[in-house]
Amino acid sequence: MFKGGFISNLPKIYGLYTGGFIVFILLMAILESAGVSAANIGIMFVAFTVAIYALIGYLSRTIQVDAYYVAGRQVPTVFNGMATAADWMSGASFVAMAGGIYFGGYTYMAFLVGWTGGYVLVSTLLAPYLRKFGCYTVPDFIGTRYGGNLPRFCATLVLVLASFTYVTAQINATGTIASRALQIPFELGVWVGLISILLCSMLGGMRAVTWTQVAQYIVLIIAYLIPIFWMGSKLGNPFPHFMLGDEVQRLADLEASAGLIKNSAADMKAAGVPGGLKYISTPHSAVPAGGMAVWSYLSLAICMMVGTASLPHILMRYFTTPSVKSARKSVAWSLFFIFLLYFSAPMLATLSKLQLMDPNLPTAIIGKSISEVQSIAWVQNWSAVKQVFIADFNGDGILQLNEWFMRGDVVVLATPEVAGLPYVISGLVAAGGMAAAMSTADGLVLAISNCLSHDIYYKIIDPKADVRKRLIVARVLLVVIGAAGAYIASMRLTSILGAVAWAFDFAMSGLFFPLVLGVWWKRANQAGAVAGILGGLIAGTAYLIYVGPKFMANTPWLGIDHLRFGIIGASVSAVAMVVVSLMTKEPNAATQKLVDDVRVPSGRAILGKQH
Amino acid sequence: MSNKESHWVKTKNHMFVTLAIWFFFSIVIFMFGESVNNASFLGYPLAYYMSAQGSLAAFVVLIFWFANKQEKIDDEHGYGGEREDD
Repeated sequence: MFKGGFISNLPKIYGLYTGGFIVFILLMAILESAGVSAANIGIMFVAFTVAIYALIGYLSRTIQVDAYYVAGRQVPTVFNGMATAADWMSGASFVAMAGGIYFGGYTYMAFLVGWTGGYVLVSTLLAPYLRKFGCYTVPDFIGTRYGGNLPRFCATLVLVLASFTYVTAQINATGTIASRALQIPFELGVWVGLISILLCSMLGGMRAVTWTQVAQYIVLIIAYLIPIFWMGSKLGNPFPHFMLGDEVQRLADLEASAGLIKNSAADMKAAGVPGGLKYISTPHSAVPAGGMAVWSYLSLAICMMVGTASLPHILMRYFTTPSVKSARKSVAWSLFFIFLLYFSAPMLATLSKLQLMDPNLPTAIIGKSISEVQSIAWVQNWSAVKQVFIADFNGDGILQLNEWFMRGDVVVLATPEVAGLPYVISGLVAAGGMAAAMSTADGLVLAISNCLSHDIYYKIIDPKADVRKRLIVARVLLVVIGAAGAYIASMRLTSILGAVAWAFDFAMSGLFFPLVLGVWWKRANQAGAVAGILGGLIAGTAYLIYVGPKFMANTPWLGIDHLRFGIIGASVSAVAMVVVSLMTKEPNAATQKLVDDVRVPSGRAILGKQH
Repeated sequence: MSNKESHWVKTKNHMFVTLAIWFFFSIVIFMFGESVNNASFLGYPLAYYMSAQGSLAAFVVLIFWFANKQEKIDDEHGYGGEREDD
């Protein structure tokens, strides 16, 4: 059945896999109608998909350095696009994004523009050139381009800081989903999540992560789109992406008639609203007025775009393609696969808001009597776990818009239930969320451990280490970093490490200009790079501590709050790098030749196949 | 000008054009979000639509166009080899 190599059979293999997954969903639907409990269906969904990923991870085991670090540089364009999309879309994208749009409206959608627009920077400024360079890790490029161990070490520092901030949130998400689906305590769920992540990555490194990420992308995109199309057809819009114009207008009318009231903090405290729950007080589609609102939208979009182009776990995916040309094309495919989910999220937010608000729909709850709403099954289920809450502020017994509180994640997790879809869909959504969080965590843990094993251990500590020893060190580090992330997640310290946005800000503060100028400005030299990395990192971190709500909590300067500290970091980085480079000697002829070679898309990679 | 230099000049210009289009869809439209939102597309307010779908779709098309045109530039200068790594 399979003639030829593994690579040439990929479309067939993943075609079968997708078909198998759909058969599995149908089987679960049959079991559900035969009376198998919802809880058991949830367990089977998560256990079955994780077992498949682990099998792929085992089959991709390797003892080759280039297979471990860059998947042997033979990942075809489209498949690398899918793997990048899974690597990119985290548990937060899958579970929290639609909820963010639901409550934040237009302003929150700056994340959508930022998290897609960044790929234009990746493809024009960086990916093809880093591929030509032939590095194993991002600091590998910095270290070779600028020379010496100091720039390499500084870049490693930024990579670890940005990626570790991000990975604890992902392990936390796998723990939450595993604990809910498997009905085990959260602390145990985190370790189950970690073991699943390590099963996918430990034996085969980048090669194993690549092929599991493709499998995870397929699961997560099916799990995200099926509920939207199903719900859309129920409301008479079989293709909701292009047909919700009237619904968006309708929401604006409903908001106007219900009134968007802001609750006072004292009222909410008195009513006992649990922390983290939100209510609708922002218009769905209106653009807030004023120059400051524009700046807050644009500054967030800029941070996310520039941060995207600096995140090492994304950039390293483009080291795995066979050529420069395919690296470039692969960025385009990545964005296409990401786009499929991102342009659906606002539609999911619209549909689920309409279902709660529109009095003409049977699912509506706003405007009904509170006792009636409290007797609905899904409201009871989610109230019991403190994910939704009702506070009758004006005591009229009727549920107003500002009296309904909900955690953002509920928009994705509970919408199938709200719309009255069968439980099999909720199980599917849990499997999708698990796939999204696991795939991102895999990529991040691997980025950190590859960088520490290659750049710190092999390049700085022990350059004579043989292949076996290097790969053992890489695997030990993988386990240690995963365990550290899980330990922090299980202690619920994640909230201290802060938002996912911080990872983008750290990365852009320390890495964006050193990477881009390394390719585009021959005059950039070692002293400049060190100044750029450290200057940006220190300035950004100092500013974060200055404004961060959990730290000094000072009033942000020009509206640049803790989600946007990368603006300060990256500006300082650019100035420091240019000024210091110009004040010191220009790079030697060999380095200038190296930059020239990087700019030519064909020919041998700068660094050897194995280095 | 050598082949290598003219290839780099064209590559650079192509990068600048691509980033100019990117700048329009990521920044310029949203600088005027409030007035753009008065227009509508498929029944959606326009700035809402661009932020939810329009700009995202523009980026996808833009990167495919960028990659195809850059390949043409590479081919013209004899840098279009398929597998150059091993």
